[in-house]
Amino acid sequence: MYRIPREKLDQLFALTAEKETLYIPTDATSGIAQFKKWNEGMKMSEKLKTSRSAKDFFFPQTEALVNFKISGKKIDIIDPREECEDFVIFGVRACDAKSFEILDSVFLVDPVDTYYKNRREHGTIVTLACSRPSESCFCTTFDIDPTEPAGDVSAWMTDDSVYFKANTEKGEKYIALVSSLLEETDGADVDAQKVATKEILGKLPFANLKKDAFGGGKTEQYFGSPKWAELSEACLGCGTCTFVCPTCQCYDIRDFDTGHGINRFRCWDSCMYSDFTKMAHGNPRLSQKERFRQRFMHKLVYYPENHDEVFACVGCGRCVEKCPISMNIVKVMKTLGEEEAK
Amino acid sequence: MSMNEFKPKIVAFCCNWCSYAGADLAGTNRLNYPADVKIIRVPCSCRVNPMFILRAFQRGADGVILCGCHPGDCHYTTGNYYARRRMTMLFSMLDYLGIEKERTRVEWVSAAEGAKFAAVMNDFVKTVTELGENKRLEDLRCKK
Amino acid sequence: MQEVMKKRAKELLASGEVTRVIGWKKNEFDYDITPAVFETAEAIDRDFVYDDFCGPNLSKFTFQHQKNDTKTLVFLKPCDTYSMTQMVTEHRVNRDALYIIGIPCFGKIDIEKIKADGMTGILSVTSEGADVKVHTLYGDKTYVKIDVMAERCLACKSKYHTIYDELIGEEGEVMETDRFDQVKELEAMTPDQRFEFWRGELSRCIRCNACRNACPACTCESCVFDNPESGIAQKAAADSFEENMFHIIRAFHVAGRCTDCGECSRVCPQHIPLHLLNRKFISDINGYYGEYQAGEEVGQRAPLVNFTKEDVEPDVVAKGGK
Repeated sequence: MYRIPREKLDQLFALTAEKETLYIPTDATSGIAQFKKWNEGMKMSEKLKTSRSAKDFFFPQTEALVNFKISGKKIDIIDPREECEDFVIFGVRACDAKSFEILDSVFLVDPVDTYYKNRREHGTIVTLACSRPSESCFCTTFDIDPTEPAGDVSAWMTDDSVYFKANTEKGEKYIALVSSLLEETDGADVDAQKVATKEILGKLPFANLKKDAFGGGKTEQYFGSPKWAELSEACLGCGTCTFVCPTCQCYDIRDFDTGHGINRFRCWDSCMYSDFTKMAHGNPRLSQKERFRQRFMHKLVYYPENHDEVFACVGCGRCVEKCPISMNIVKVMKTLGEEEAK
Repeated sequence: MSMNEFKPKIVAFCCNWCSYAGADLAGTNRLNYPADVKIIRVPCSCRVNPMFILRAFQRGADGVILCGCHPGDCHYTTGNYYARRRMTMLFSMLDYLGIEKERTRVEWVSAAEGAKFAAVMNDFVKTVTELGENKRLEDLRCKK
Repeated sequence: MQEVMKKRAKELLASGEVTRVIGWKKNEFDYDITPAVFETAEAIDRDFVYDDFCGPNLSKFTFQHQKNDTKTLVFLKPCDTYSMTQMVTEHRVNRDALYIIGIPCFGKIDIEKIKADGMTGILSVTSEGADVKVHTLYGDKTYVKIDVMAERCLACKSKYHTIYDELIGEEGEVMETDRFDQVKELEAMTPDQRFEFWRGELSRCIRCNACRNACPACTCESCVFDNPESGIAQKAAADSFEENMFHIIRAFHVAGRCTDCGECSRVCPQHIPLHLLNRKFISDINGYYGEYQAGEEVGQRAPLVNFTKEDVEPDVVAKGGK
């Protein structure tokens, strides 16, 4: 384990940025944190998490797939893909780090999504352990340990120091890159922080939320539940939950007519939208209830069924915080789980 | 004239009954106005909704002008009164967003005012040329 | 207040006057409020809540119940009644299908302000009189209510109900408000500063459409931005132009119909001050065409579907405005 005094963090950022593009969470105006490209003088946010998840780095909201240039009767096909440059994301939380694994199991299986892979291969993830979880956190429900975050490098921040531990080859490379600022140390402070954080985790409002009632093979049990109507009653059909979610990975492919060609791009889509998976006959899910059910059944039943009981939720709590009508996966799990218990 | 001189692209929405006829008259009277002005004929100035103006900018216009019958002379009696309010609101909003207010304009040109049409276009093209390229309401994908 | 409302709702249910009640219920936290439909007295006893966190405007939630044969009871705060009046004016909702009870509002708390102050791990929030007590895992803090009130409530335009069948509590009055101050501040900036400001704000937009879907004036059954045939349908802003376009067009579409209820800014997950766009239109309408408040009475003619022969010319903007 390595250590750097906290006041030297800016030097570490500067050193990193010399070699690779660095992104850190920083406070935007109007009180939200977001990942931004580091530049001299930028302050790292003290907020627990960014408003948007870190999935943007690998799966951006819009991405050019292919361009067609039309001149007269000639159509040129242009591949806009470029080899991505190396970059470092600093300060990813354990929940977001876990979400990358979930995205990997969608995008990196055959047929491999080369756009995603390109970014994924060039990104080094430095995670930061949580010490002040918020009331909306429930990552422990999905067996994530926020005191021991995954990622290429794990970091812990205490009052006076930041500690680092490399987990992967890419991580070792990063540690080597900044080694001039680091000193080796034992992890006594880190262990103390872990104990303290775990105590807090036990006191969180959702500490006892269990995922056991869900998982593969439960489709029939929950699909016809009368509870869906009540749960989805107030749903506005906006895409907030899907867009802030680190694991939502649905996208649409669209063409944009530039006047002198066509840009084919993909963009995030939301199962909450009326034109999601629209076909010749329309959206297969006609009511908001069906769309709402799809989202949660996917996270809690369909996805685990297809991916070795891994849930497509990491308990980051963003949907809990951001939903305009405060309806979220926790409420769904509690309501349906209660029914199961009966 | 140097090759690099900036030639603005101007979209002019002209109502069928007055301004388009005014443009015609300018033509038959051989009055000069820059070829940078592309006229789009609409049945009434009231047909133009804010989306038209924004879309023109998106597709590369550097200035957009709306021409209609003089207030009181609308072929449909009141169309241009509505257009007047709409455009006032839209232009004010664009200004509020920091987009140059000189890039948009409304002029009332009757079928008899060929000379006015040419003068208005000359003046508008000059104004927009001075402003330079539209950067604030551009869509980079539409650039060549 | 909450108890009076519950009692009245149960009476109306029992008498058969209404068969369902649209109100609010608590979710996981004190500040976590969901609009809800209640159909039984037991459900009301168990879940119905009305407190300083009941921000959601319920007028739009009546939409899906207006085609029922029986009446629906809905509780509306003063600013919600403006939205309702506007919807009735536009024939977007069937007034006869609703039983409206006007309720007083003493200003709603914006939990985001408390969170922005660094409070996290919030276990409970209670609002009593002028105090807002926050109890968290990491310590407690008491706020003065006015410091954590929603922006829209600080600039409250009215405590008066424009539409109701019955009123609980006393009728309030239209208020003096400084809601256009921020608009004026922006107007006083240079165009470059304004451009920078709005780029900074609008570039955060994730096109989740929460503003649109929560807006009581956005009642189109199918939005132009969702219609692939329109040529401008966007699921994401692929260029800064599209960020601007969506918000300009949305604000324009509700111009003259927007009652300034503030739902758009409340629901924005990215904290974009969308109300500043709507207020600009309201302030322009007031300045150019005379004072107008949408949703004041049923049957008003909205300023953008109206005109006078003496209206200002659009070049007033180029000449520097009002």
